[in-house]
Amino acid sequence: MGKHYIPNSAHKEEMLGEIGFKSIEDLFSDVPKGFVKEFNLPEGKSEYEVFLEMNEILNKNKTVLEMPTFLGAGAYFHYVPAHVKHLIERSEFITSYTPYQAEISQGMLQALFEYQSLIGELVGLEIVNASMYDWGTALGEAARMAARVKKKNKFVVPKHIHPERNMVLKTFVEGADIEIEYVKWNEKGQVDLEELKEKAKNAAGVYVELPNFFGIIEEQIKEIGEIAHENDALFVVGVDPTILGIIEAPGSLGADIVVGEASFLGSALNFGGPRAGIFATKNERALIRQMPGRIIGMTRDTEGKRAFVMTLQTREQHIRRAKATSNICSNEALVAVAAAIHLASLGPKGLEKLGEIILKNTAYFKKRLSEVAEISFDAINFKDVPATFEIPYPIIHERLLERGIHGGFYLKPYFPELGETALLAVTETTRREWIEALVKNVREIINEAEL
Amino acid sequence: MFRQAKWDEPLIFELSKPGRVGFTLPEPVEDIEVQIPEDLMRKSLELPEVSEPEVVKHYIRLAEMNYGVDSGIYPLGSCTMKYNPKINEEFANHPKVAFIHPYQDPRTVQGALQIMWELEQWLKEITGMDRFTLQPAAGANGEFTGVMIIRAYHLDRGEAQRNEIIVPDSAHGTNPASAAMAGFKVIEIPSNEQGMVDLEALENAVSERTAGIMLTNPNTLGIFEEDILEIAKIVHKAGGLLYYDGANLNGILGKIRPGDMGFDVVHINLHKTFSTPHGGGGPGAGPVGVKKHLVDYLPVPLVEFDGEKYYLNYDLPKSIGKVKEFYGNFAVLVRALTYLKIMGRDGLREVAEIAVLNANYLTQKLKGTRGYELPHKELRKHEVVFSAEPMRKEMGIKALDVAKRLLDFGLHAPTIYFPLIVHEALMIEPTETVSKEELDAYVEALKRISEEAYTNPEIVKSAPHNTAVRRVDDVLATKKPIITWRMYKEFKRKGEVDY
Ligand SMILES: Cc1ncc(COP(=O)(O)O)c(C=O)c1O
Repeated sequence: MGKHYIPNSAHKEEMLGEIGFKSIEDLFSDVPKGFVKEFNLPEGKSEYEVFLEMNEILNKNKTVLEMPTFLGAGAYFHYVPAHVKHLIERSEFITSYTPYQAEISQGMLQALFEYQSLIGELVGLEIVNASMYDWGTALGEAARMAARVKKKNKFVVPKHIHPERNMVLKTFVEGADIEIEYVKWNEKGQVDLEELKEKAKNAAGVYVELPNFFGIIEEQIKEIGEIAHENDALFVVGVDPTILGIIEAPGSLGADIVVGEASFLGSALNFGGPRAGIFATKNERALIRQMPGRIIGMTRDTEGKRAFVMTLQTREQHIRRAKATSNICSNEALVAVAAAIHLASLGPKGLEKLGEIILKNTAYFKKRLSEVAEISFDAINFKDVPATFEIPYPIIHERLLERGIHGGFYLKPYFPELGETALLAVTETTRREWIEALVKNVREIINEAEL
Repeated sequence: MFRQAKWDEPLIFELSKPGRVGFTLPEPVEDIEVQIPEDLMRKSLELPEVSEPEVVKHYIRLAEMNYGVDSGIYPLGSCTMKYNPKINEEFANHPKVAFIHPYQDPRTVQGALQIMWELEQWLKEITGMDRFTLQPAAGANGEFTGVMIIRAYHLDRGEAQRNEIIVPDSAHGTNPASAAMAGFKVIEIPSNEQGMVDLEALENAVSERTAGIMLTNPNTLGIFEEDILEIAKIVHKAGGLLYYDGANLNGILGKIRPGDMGFDVVHINLHKTFSTPHGGGGPGAGPVGVKKHLVDYLPVPLVEFDGEKYYLNYDLPKSIGKVKEFYGNFAVLVRALTYLKIMGRDGLREVAEIAVLNANYLTQKLKGTRGYELPHKELRKHEVVFSAEPMRKEMGIKALDVAKRLLDFGLHAPTIYFPLIVHEALMIEPTETVSKEELDAYVEALKRISEEAYTNPEIVKSAPHNTAVRRVDDVLATKKPIITWRMYKEFKRKGEVDY
């Protein structure tokens, strides 16, 4: 089946004859005999049958549109403008590949240059690559880059780093003999500066997230950067770009490298992927030379006309092989372009407004949530709010689900010291009725449990 | 043939007019004042101000200056630029895919988990492996996963001295780069005159320090490594493992399996063999499969099925951890499963057979054309690597010039200058989804370029002539890097650029 994708299925004999082969098997005469086998796989099906089958499978999912959902923790339900989806499905974009042939790929190259430019404006840095796989892998690359630039092998991160990201980071540094040191949080749920001062000694890099895993804005981010620099370490900031309409560009707050998640703009949740890692750095030779990933540059053609091309490639695997700054080849270009289109559509006022809406919605959510739980830290939250409940959180989760509401992300398995705490999140998509329903139902569930 | 549009399209920043907006947001649920500390408040933000119709026209014009698989033949060797079925897109964009959160209770995402579980079953049978992780985002991310697994395996067995990975000189750059990232020393071995692994060199390279070998089969010349069983024996005997770079699986799909050839770890590129679109560079997906003895080291979580329900299993104490957030590029996995269900057993075999027929058809039709030579053996699998070395020697025309001239004919160029062991390499992979007429036209174009090379070389050297821009100055791009709008503005202000 699937012959409708394979035009020459109809011309086997004719083509074989023209090139002097007798059978298809002759084309495989170099393959060890005895190994060619019948595979134990289902027969192919018509497109219609597969259409029905896939729909049936997918209908077993319950989406965030079908139940108010308060999950965040590194993946957020944002609304993506319809035109963004339409544009990235344009087949010239989606069916092309890495723009190796610049002249015939000017569209993708310019779109990626614009992505780099938009991110550059957001994060306040001049050098941006055309994407890493996601925030976590971008962080892993940043730690490795810091170690190469500073020729030291310690990387300092908050203890309250996103656990998912932390796991990726650990795998990425394992083979480079980089040691990860964790700094505890203070009573405000933010990096403890006293401990940081100790741990930053001899560090190649110091990392902080904005907002942090608890959804909290690290208010002493500048001081953290200063501590990093006093210890001759690179200051690496991880950002959720949707906050950057209201928060100062990390580049202006001292960041040497900015990583983050571009797919929070332009992409749906998609069960966690595809995503796209932001990777940006300062315009300094020593940093650029150690940068991972593909970079698009503006130049001109032989007639002096503006043109775009992949550049600074001597860092990359196809040239440097074992000595490359990273092994990345395919990246997340289309996800990056989607983020760029979304950002361009928002504009400066739209991004600022998006940040404000989320900030206000989070504040309102916190206020309402405090009626039924204890908010873990007194700080400013953006999207995620950690809340501690009187009864075991899994019970609340279970009962909420029965009532058609999906609660948050249970923190106890990762941070047992926080007790019955869950991370619940809102965004600009959250409706007031959803919050009402959550609070009402949690109250009932707690009352029932205490009876 | 593709006719590229020639728009003088400004940057989106240059289209900006104060006051225009491209999207309307909902209002906050309540208008609460929240005070951000003064020193953290955003001071300025220069983003373009454009309306939705302008955004749409801008990106449509950019699309019209881009070549994709739907525009014409795209025979980029090693990349398997096959047709991307549209039904795949329908499911990748399905609300039941788009609107599910990765941390949802497994009971609410049984469909998503079933898709991952079913895909794993297909991949296991296709490759002859025992278990798969679908987490890696691309081939290189899969390679890194695979070599980390190899590392964990040897460490677990108390063989920390196994710190070398062997890689043939024909290997893709990601192979040595991934091995180095995992902390291995890379030992490169030469190919023989047939274009295959030199067994003697391999014998000399293996030792008690060998952790494994990374192989692509068919290799990057499109040649099947006929001695694969012997290679496996040599490496296994030395205590090393075999890693299969699945970039070229299209050449043997549905016919023979890496697992039966002795490989212990494989990665597959869903964006090559299994028809998911390349997205202008990504997203792809690079699932990794292993044999039984390596299952314990796979990344977490694995998708399990207990006969009734699907669930995520994090209980793998020896796991290498995670190589990517969450469960990988899920929307890409959805596309691949859709494709597999349509193709089925016979369809997949047909894919390999016609991919190989097309490559050999092109090889035979082009062979003997003046200026191109065909190094190494003739019988190829899914791709072929010609060399433009005679043309360079005789007329000063390089593989790069041939590639650029092809663009003038509305055809995409092959991969050039890879593999590194062929001078002036033209690496052509037609795939099974092009027609005989397209192959004939491609051969015709390459022959015409050969003719031009010997009669009117200037037209080839100065190509392309018909594209949106003429040959791009990449030397200038490196000498004077302009990576972002803010850098550009600065150069412009100083009067250092006039483009
Ligand atoms: C032979 C080979 N190996 C590995 C890769 C890397 O795959 P990816 O680009 O998906 O990381 C490629 C593709 O570009 C390849 O052709």
